Amino acid sequence: MSVKIKLDFTLNSRPVNIEVPAEMTVLNLLRDGLDLKGTKYACGEGECGACTIEVDGRTINSCLMMAVDLQGREVMTIEGMQEGHALHPMQQAFVDHGAVQCGFCMPGMIIQANYLVKQNPELTREEMKRGLEGNICRCTGYTKVLDAVAAVVGLNENKGLEHG
Amino acid sequence: MSEIERYIAPNQLDDALEALAGGPVTIVAGATDLTPQITGGKRSYKATLMNIQHIEGLNTVTKIAGTKKDGKIRIGSLVTVSEIRGNPMLKNHAGILCQAANHFASEQIRNAATIGGNICNASPAGDMIIPFLVLGAAVELARWQGDRIEIRHVPLDEFFTGPGRNMAQDDELLTAVIFDVPPENSIGFFRKSGPRPALEISTVSIGIGGELTEGTLKNVRVAFGAVGPTALRGKLTEAALEGKILNQDVIRAAVSAARQDVSPIDDIRATKWYRTHLIGVFTEELLNNVCQN
Repeated sequence: MSVKIKLDFTLNSRPVNIEVPAEMTVLNLLRDGLDLKGTKYACGEGECGACTIEVDGRTINSCLMMAVDLQGREVMTIEGMQEGHALHPMQQAFVDHGAVQCGFCMPGMIIQANYLVKQNPELTREEMKRGLEGNICRCTGYTKVLDAVAAVVGLNENKGLEHG
Repeated sequence: MSEIERYIAPNQLDDALEALAGGPVTIVAGATDLTPQITGGKRSYKATLMNIQHIEGLNTVTKIAGTKKDGKIRIGSLVTVSEIRGNPMLKNHAGILCQAANHFASEQIRNAATIGGNICNASPAGDMIIPFLVLGAAVELARWQGDRIEIRHVPLDEFFTGPGRNMAQDDELLTAVIFDVPPENSIGFFRKSGPRPALEISTVSIGIGGELTEGTLKNVRVAFGAVGPTALRGKLTEAALEGKILNQDVIRAAVSAARQDVSPIDDIRATKWYRTHLIGVFTEELLNNVCQN
């Protein structure tokens, strides 16, 4: 067994203190160490995006990142997007547009879509496609995913108008 | 997978280099190559795992002003591919780097993957290696020498010794990539191919750059990826282009030289025949782009 390392980081706005084996991936820590099963394991090599999470405001594949590297960082997983009982607007848009089929790719897809809109609130459909290239859906439901993200972008524009 | 006995995450370069001098160390930064190599059994951990992400001074892109013509650009080894992709100074002076970054893997991987990692991994298909070869870059290697840091520079086209192998010694850390600021009239184009546009290990990749004056290319550099044991400079192609007025005859000669420059193999991604064919097609396409520039 490899050496264990003490970690302090912020997970979905809450502090976490935990000891992890030095070789553990972030995905294994989330799913097995912290019992947050929203983040999915699929390919395990950064190809599919099902394990996408946000670390210090940037999305990464949690299957590739080493847990020891979380020290001092801020992490958001799909479980951290909801505010109380209300779905996050991106989650709600996915529901409203029927973007969810089997659902397995959705946590990664929603985290990545939310990141893209935060980076560029006036995202075009072409930029959405580029930004979601790292998220694979095997139900082939991309059109409705793009519709959902476009709706959130539209929502932002409306808000912008309201506030002048 | 062997056991990790010690984990360190130094903030200072001195401490990192001292640790490297002290024994077998696995270096980790973005981990986007390391993790699949470990889980796939291609590599195993050494006794010490050193996370270099916190070392100060390795995550910046700087333009070092020189006298009139000898300015340099220095990219720290921890700079991510996303940071290259969005850097306005690089877009302005070394656009070929941003083109390659734009075609690199996916957003999630670009956010984690570092320039130093992509170079040290020494893949014959390493996407960021091609534009750096075209820019005539050198790598900066640092090691601990008793009581001080010793630095040496190795031209990138001499750095790779085989697939996954490079000239860095066990006690050396790649700290930066450095190249001359290309003159105002410089052009640079990158092209890669794979079955889908994203997340693709290149079937072949190519970069062409040089100074363009009234239709003539000078100081031409051509680089090819995934068509030899390492990413390589296309010396015959360069010779076919150097100082020539770019017309269809010269382009034809360059295409034929390009096919001689490369020595691809058959593997799961493509055959030797297809790779050689594609190199010719891309050489022609990029040179036509130069003509239209």
